Amino acid sequence: MLAILWKDLRIEWRTKEMLSSLAVLAVLLVVTLTFAGQAGTVGASAGRLAGALWVAFLFAGLLGIQRSFLLERENECLAGLLASPVDATSLFLAKLIGNVVVLAIMQALIVPLGALFMGSGIAADLPALAAVLALGNVGFAAVATVFAAAAVRTRSREVMLPLLVLPLLLPLVILVVKATGAVLGGTSLGEVGPSLTYLLAFDAIYCTAGWMLFDFVVRE
Amino acid sequence: MRARDVFDRWLPWVAGPAMLIALYCIFLVAPTEKDQGIIQRIFYVHVSSAWTAFIGFGTVAVTSALYLWTGRDRYDRVARSAAEIGVLFCTFVLLTGPIWARHIWGTWWQWDPRLTQTLILWTLYVSYLMLRAFGGDDDLVRRWAAVLGIFGVLGIPIIIVSVRILPGIHPAVLMTREGNTGLVDPRMRLALYVTAVAFLFVFIWLVHLRTRLQRLADTMAAMHAEHG
Repeated sequence: MLAILWKDLRIEWRTKEMLSSLAVLAVLLVVTLTFAGQAGTVGASAGRLAGALWVAFLFAGLLGIQRSFLLERENECLAGLLASPVDATSLFLAKLIGNVVVLAIMQALIVPLGALFMGSGIAADLPALAAVLALGNVGFAAVATVFAAAAVRTRSREVMLPLLVLPLLLPLVILVVKATGAVLGGTSLGEVGPSLTYLLAFDAIYCTAGWMLFDFVVRE
Repeated sequence: MRARDVFDRWLPWVAGPAMLIALYCIFLVAPTEKDQGIIQRIFYVHVSSAWTAFIGFGTVAVTSALYLWTGRDRYDRVARSAAEIGVLFCTFVLLTGPIWARHIWGTWWQWDPRLTQTLILWTLYVSYLMLRAFGGDDDLVRRWAAVLGIFGVLGIPIIIVSVRILPGIHPAVLMTREGNTGLVDPRMRLALYVTAVAFLFVFIWLVHLRTRLQRLADTMAAMHAEHG
């Protein structure tokens, strides 16, 4: 038993791979949670609910988006897709839309549940809430889709995806938690203000970048 | 003589004295700030490090794009080196900032827009280095890293606007929003600019050394693959 423990510790000491990536991941989590908590302090309970919801969406969503590429790994499906006459941009768009749909379905289930647990009724009108969530989902999925395609093929893929994606998503987290909190608190969509514009810009930038660069990510 | 050799021979002789002159300017030329006292001198190092880090991250983006475009390993090596040295200078920013803030604000850290923005950038490029370190070492990882380098720089405008919704207390460096200058005394400005230039030389030199090390490592790996 001690020999195994000694071996494990020695491997870790030599590579420091797990230790350093876990340390960075932990820092990222702390920062993400702080932002989710801070950006949502507008109306107390609505803000807290928005923060909690987006942390849940992020981590559940990352697993789901990663899964959409793990599927392709089995039986070399990705290689097959790339060999077939579809270009990488179609692949990107298909994956992106698929991931956005899955995120939306998940949210349709979790938002009422979250509101129930946090004991706050949803004052928001639903179309406004759906619009804010959709804007968040598109940006989130655009970034995560690109790097999930990469991360599933690295050695340490479980750690790698959040490690790559969370820093890019931090500004999205600040914006979307703020907007979601405002809408949940009963603010109308027109009054949410600049965070919606910025969210839209975030989506536009990363959808375009993903669309243009996806080929470099998936090509063998 | 190739550019590489010129760098090798002359950069240490430029960067070293430049740093000494910068120290001279910081401690002997610039006057002590009236309200803040001696601690204000850390500002010259702090701001110069920030500018240098931004240059580093800009270099990562440009060389990453060039790498994707041309496929030449040289650009990839420069991108990797610039990311490492950029993170180093960004770390200086995040270390010197709190030392100053502890005395002036009375707290090590505040979720102020500029601080937050710097921290986000730091995590971004640390994760880039993690990918380089643990992703493996083949063309695929190099391409992913290049895509990440480009994504990172694309995010900067959004990072800047998004953190504005946080309340801010960071002082303006050269210009405030009302148009007043942050630095009144010309000797202070001189010290800042001299330090910034000195840091730039150190940055170029370090990136150059790191790139050369990477080239040698790549050559070794190629030889190893060839001869077993």
